[in-house]
Formats: sequence, structure tokens, C-alpha cells
Amino acid sequence: MLALTLPRKTWAHGVQAGWKLAALALVSAVLFPIDNLMVLSAAMLAVIALHLATGLDVLRYALWMMKPIVVFAAIIGFYHLVTWDIAAGTAIVMRMLLLVGLANFVTMTTALDSMIAVVEWLLQPLRRLGVNTRAVGLAFAMVIRFTPALVQKGSALIESWRARSAKRPGWRITIPVCLLALDDAEHVSEALRARGGLSTQTKP
Amino acid sequence: MERNLTFIALFAALIAALGLLPKFTLMSGIPITAQTLGIMLCGTILGARRGALAVILFLALVAVGLPLLAGGRGGLGVFTTPWAGFLFGFPAAAYVTGLVVEKWRTGNLSLIAGVASLIGGIGVLYAIAIPYYMVGADKGLLEATITMLPFIPGDLIKSVLAGVVTQAIWKARPEAVLSRS
Repeated sequence: MLALTLPRKTWAHGVQAGWKLAALALVSAVLFPIDNLMVLSAAMLAVIALHLATGLDVLRYALWMMKPIVVFAAIIGFYHLVTWDIAAGTAIVMRMLLLVGLANFVTMTTALDSMIAVVEWLLQPLRRLGVNTRAVGLAFAMVIRFTPALVQKGSALIESWRARSAKRPGWRITIPVCLLALDDAEHVSEALRARGGLSTQTKP
Repeated sequence: MERNLTFIALFAALIAALGLLPKFTLMSGIPITAQTLGIMLCGTILGARRGALAVILFLALVAVGLPLLAGGRGGLGVFTTPWAGFLFGFPAAAYVTGLVVEKWRTGNLSLIAGVASLIGGIGVLYAIAIPYYMVGADKGLLEATITMLPFIPGDLIKSVLAGVVTQAIWKARPEAVLSRS
């Protein structure tokens, strides 16, 4: 399965994931209460420049990721056009596009494993409270592995439905998909137990 | 422990799979994705705690950049929109849905799971999503509610379906319905 990370390395990939996330949190918190259109326009230009500094393909990819947000932005924009509150509407839409664009930029330029490393680092304090952080890592890995497997099995179910019925596959397909997931879960838990399980006694 | 973990992980994958499967229509005419049905099923089948954990795991994977949301979206950006209240509300929705199924033990499971999904998957979810949208998009209560109105019919249908699906799974694999064990 493909992550949303860019297929090629850029300078931004070199920046540590933790710093990028911290910067994103800080900038988002600072921008959130701002209504001033000048400040927002400047920030918008800065974000676009940031994308361009990484490459034209990055900007194009970013625009693709923004597509669904643009529809919602258009709805909000239209509403404010009708109520003649254009300044406020522009500020809301710009702020939204800014925050989403910045967050997507971090996603695009951070490899999945460095993101997961940050999650593990953030979870560290929980280990002292007795939370099994190894289980968390394992759960991440399992979802990454099982999602495409389930999608594949589900697609096969939909195919066989289409082969047998003139009607389009409907909600009923969710029942066998759920059963597939449940059976997989039973098998995997047995396999895990057979291999020593999650006991915290073993060396991490 | 292992069983809990694999059930949580597989249901996180199920939420993703329900959003990513090639188009199948829940009910013709109304555009709805099966993803929130997955959230409801997490509660009705796994129960409150495990259901909420499965949803949190799913959201964590979306946040680290996997395109698991319906339509293949994901990344940190989806959490910064005014509609992110739905995402932040998902774990609470699954928790309350599961709690209702765990506590209400007499009667028809498809009715119980349906009502539980109605309370958790619609009541609790919108109680979080609407105020979040009001702050995020700077709107009043009425306006925010009207914006969300088009999603309600689909969610009502999904609550009914969550009940029917839970009942079917209870029949096929009673030992796997952890909310009842």
C-alpha cells in the first residue's frame, strides 16, 4: 500500500520528523486566531514558496491532496458571498487552506517509518505506567499489513457478487467482510500466542 | 491479550477497508461511505474500550500519513479542517456505542446495536462535530447544524445497518462478539 509520502526524496525529508511536527503544531496554533487578511496572505505566499522550493511536482501533488477541502472551502465561500460578509469568509477559507496545506506538506515529506518512530517516542512515558508499547508498534504493523489484505478479499467478494447478480453489490457485502476480519483476527492471535505472545518478560 | 490486540488491529483495518473498497452502494440515491458504519461496528462488536482503541489506532495511522480515509485521503492535513471534529469524535462515538451494547443485555441484538449506533454514532458524534465546526469555521449553532443536515439520512441508514450486521455476526460467530462476552 502506498503512503501519502512523496515518491522522491527532497531537502525537507532530511529535517527530523519531530522538528517538523513541532513546527507544524506551533505555526497552526499561532495562525488559528488570526483574522488579518494581510498576515494570512503573507503566510499563504510563504507556504506556496515552501512548496515551490521543494519542487513543482510537490505543489501539484499538494493541490491534488487539497481537492476535497477545496469543495468545502467553496461552500463556505459561497455562503459568505450570499451574506455579504466577504472579508470574514475569505479569512476563514484562507486559514483553512493554510493549515491543511502545511500539515499535508509535513505528511508529504516525512517517511512512514520516521513518523512511527515519533509515535513510539511520544509513547515512551506511558511505558512507565505499564502500557506495553511493543504491542502498539505491533498493532501499527498489523493494520498496515491487513488493510490491503482485507481490501483485496473484499474486492474478491464484490467480484463474485457481480458474477452472480445483475444488481449492484449493496450493504450486505459488509457482513462477509466483517466475518473475514474476525476470522483473520482469531488466526493471527493464535499464531501470536504460538510464537510466544506479547509477554513483557522478554527483552524488548 | 493477544486476542484483544489482534481484534483491535483487524477492526482498525476493517474501518479502512470499508472506506476503500471499490464502490458498493449502501442505499441508492444517498451518497454515503461505509467508513462510519465501520466506526459503529467497532463499538457494537468489540465493545466500548476495545472499540474506541481500534478507532484511535485507525486515526493514528491516518495521522502518520496512510491514505486510509474514504477516497484514499489521509495525512495530518485532514485533522486541521473544521470538519475534523468528526474524526476526533469517532473514538467517543465507538465508545458510547459499545457501552450501550454492553449494558443493555435483554432483547433483540439488532435493535440494541441499532439504537446504540444511533446514540453513539449520531448523537455523540454530532455533539462533538457541530461545536468543533462552530469554532473552526466561526459559525452559529443553527448554521453549523444545517451544514451537517445532509449527512443525517445516511447516518440513520447506517445505524440500522449496523444493527442488522451485528445481529448477523452474532449468529455466525457468537464468540467473536466481544461486547457480549
